[in-house]
Amino acid sequence: MARLNWKRFKDERKNMNTVPGEKKKEKFFCIKPLVVALWFALLFLPFNGLRAALILFAVLSISIIFFKFLFSYKNIVIERLQAFYNKIRATGLFSAPSVHIVRSLSLIFLFIIPFITTDYLIDVAILAGIYIILALGLNIVVGFTGLLNLGFVAFYAIGAYAYAILNTRFGLDFWSALPFSIGLTTVAGFFLAIPALRLRGDYLAIVTLGFGEIVRLILNNWDSVTMGPNGISGIAPPVIMSVSLGKLSYYYYFVLLLVILTVFVTRRVYSSRIGRAWVAIREDEIASSAMGINTTIYKLYSFAFGAFWAGLAGALFAGKMQFVSPESFTFMESVLIVSMVILGGLGSIPGVILGATILVILPEILREVQLYRMLALGGGLVLLMIFRPQGLLGGKGVSLRG
Amino acid sequence: MLLQQLVNGLTLGSVYALIALGYTMVYGILELINFAHGEIYMLGAYLGIILLGFFTAIGLTSYSLSLSLILTFFLSIIFCASYGFTMEKIAYKPLRKAPRLSPLISAIGVSIFLQNYVMLTQGATDKVFPHLFETSTITFMSVSMTYLQFFIILTSAIVMVFLRLFVRNTKIGKAMRAVAQDKIMASLVGINIDTVISVTFIIGSGLAAIAGLMVAMYYGLVNYYIGYIAGIKAFTAAVLGGIGSIRGAMLGGLLLGLVESLGASYISSEYKDAYAFIILVLILLMKPGGLFGKAELEKV
Repeated sequence: MARLNWKRFKDERKNMNTVPGEKKKEKFFCIKPLVVALWFALLFLPFNGLRAALILFAVLSISIIFFKFLFSYKNIVIERLQAFYNKIRATGLFSAPSVHIVRSLSLIFLFIIPFITTDYLIDVAILAGIYIILALGLNIVVGFTGLLNLGFVAFYAIGAYAYAILNTRFGLDFWSALPFSIGLTTVAGFFLAIPALRLRGDYLAIVTLGFGEIVRLILNNWDSVTMGPNGISGIAPPVIMSVSLGKLSYYYYFVLLLVILTVFVTRRVYSSRIGRAWVAIREDEIASSAMGINTTIYKLYSFAFGAFWAGLAGALFAGKMQFVSPESFTFMESVLIVSMVILGGLGSIPGVILGATILVILPEILREVQLYRMLALGGGLVLLMIFRPQGLLGGKGVSLRG
Repeated sequence: MLLQQLVNGLTLGSVYALIALGYTMVYGILELINFAHGEIYMLGAYLGIILLGFFTAIGLTSYSLSLSLILTFFLSIIFCASYGFTMEKIAYKPLRKAPRLSPLISAIGVSIFLQNYVMLTQGATDKVFPHLFETSTITFMSVSMTYLQFFIILTSAIVMVFLRLFVRNTKIGKAMRAVAQDKIMASLVGINIDTVISVTFIIGSGLAAIAGLMVAMYYGLVNYYIGYIAGIKAFTAAVLGGIGSIRGAMLGGLLLGLVESLGASYISSEYKDAYAFIILVLILLMKPGGLFGKAELEKV
C-alpha cells in the first residue's frame, strides 16, 4: 500500500486559497475551543449527569483557550526553556553518570531492598520481578520479532497451573515440577506459533487473543483438573537446600536472581544469530526471507522462547501466591503485559524492565485513585501510540510493523 | 427443539451481524481492527437504560411508551455515532500513517478506557433494563417466538437492507466503496477521504447502538464488560464472512449465531463463548479470506 503524504497534500490545498507568507487571521479566537468543549461535555452528559458535564464544559473551554493562548507563544516558551536547560547543563551537576556506575548502584540497591523496607514493599518488589520476567518474555515475541501476541497470559497461566497441579496432585516439589511446567509452556508456544506462520500482524494478534481466551475458558470449566473458578490452593513454595522460600525476603532474592538470569540470557540470545534473525524478520519479513532466513523456524523459536519465560514466571507466581485461579489470567492481564513492553520501549531490555516496574509500582503508590488505574492505562496507551510509539527507552529503529 | 434453537440462533445472529457490519466496514476502508467497536455496542445498551430511566422520571413513558422508545432509539444512535466519530478523530486519525499495529494498540486503549469509564460512572454491577412492556409469544408448530425476537430479526433485516441500498446507490456509499478499493485513487478523483472515514464510523456506531439496545431489551441485563465478548464474536462473524465484505458480515453473523445456539444446546453450554474463538482460529487457518472474501497476497 503506497502512502500519500497527507500533511503536504493538505497544506497545498490550504495554500491555494491564501497568499503565501500571509498568516490567516483568526476572527473568532474563542469560538472553536467553545465548540470543542461543548461537544465533549455533550458526549459525557448521559453517563456523568448534567452537573459533571457543565463542570467539564467550563474546565475544558478555559483550559483549551489557555493552551491555545500559550501555543501562540510557543516559540518564545521553547526558547526560554532551551536557555534554562543550557544554563543547568553548564553547571555540570546533572551530566549523565556512566552506565557502569548506574548499573552497579542499582544492583546494590536491589540487593539491600529487604533490609531497608517493609514486608509490603518486598511483596510489591517480588511481583514486579515476576512481571519483569514475563514482560521480557513477551518482549522476545513483540519487541524482537515484531509479532503482536495478545494471548501471552495463556502461557503464564499454563506455567502457573502446571506447577500448581503437579504440586498439589502429585506432590512434586518446585524443582522437579519446574521442567515440566516450563516444558509444557514451551510446547504450547510452539503450537500457537503454527498459526503465526500463516497470518499477518493484526490477524495474528486476534488469533493469539482467541488462544488466551480458550485457555482461560478451559481453566474455568475443566473442574476435575483445574478446580474451576475456585482455583487451586495450598501450593507449596519452592525449597532450596531444605530452606523454604516461603519467607518474603528469601523469595525476593530468588526472584531477583532469576530476573538477572532472564536479563542475561535474553541479552545473549538477542545478540546471537537467532536474535539478529528475529530483528531482521521484524524489520522486513520479505526481505529477510530473501536473505536466506528461514522465517518460519525463527518465528517458531521466538514464540517458544517467549513462552519459556512465561512458564517460569507462572511457576514463580504460583509458588509465591500459593494459590492460582482463572481470575489472574484474564485478557486485561495480557494487555497489561503488552503495555509494559510498549511503555518501556519495544525491543529494549532496560526499557521493558522500566515499563514493568512502573506499571506494577505506580498503582501501588496511587492507592487512593486505584479505581482509575485501568482508565488511565487505556488513555495512556492511546497517547503513547500517538506521541511516543517507540516507548520511553525505545530506539528510533524499532517499529511496530505488522 | 431444533427449530426453537434455530429461532434463538437467528435472533442472536442478527445482532452479531449488526455489530459485525461496523467491523467489516471499518476494516474495508482503513484496514484497522476497530477493537473498541464492541464498547460502542455496550454504550448503546447503557444509553438505552439511562435514557429510558430519564423518560420514566419525567413521565414520558407513562404518557406514551412508543414515543419514548422511539426517542430512546433515536438518541442512542445519535450519541453512539458521536462516540464513534470522536473516537476516530482522537485515537485513529493521528495514526493513519503509522505502522499497522499502532492503531490496533490504540484501539485496545480506547476499549479499556470506555469499559472503565462506564464502570466508574455506572457501577460494576449488572444494570437492569426497565421492564416496560409484556412480550407475548407467537407459537407456530411447537416453536415459540417472542415478539421481541421477531422485532430484533425484523429490525436487523430492515437495517441491513437499508445499508445495502445506501452503499449501493447513494453518492457517499459509492465514495465508500471507492475508498475501500484504493484510497489514493479515490482522493485523486476528488473524494474527501476524511469525510468518508467519518461517515463509516458514524454508520458503524449507529448500527452497534441498535444492536446494543436490542440486546439490552432481549436479555434485560447489561454490564460494562459485555462489549468485549460481543465485539470478539462480531469480529469472528466478520472474518467468517470475509472481512471487508458487507454481505459476508451479515451471513457470517447469522451463521455464528446459529452455531452458538446449536452448540450450546447440543454440545456443551459451558464452552458457549469458546465456539466463536474456535471458529475464528479455524477460519483464519484454513480460509483466511473468509467465506465471501478473497485471499490477499502480501505485496512488497
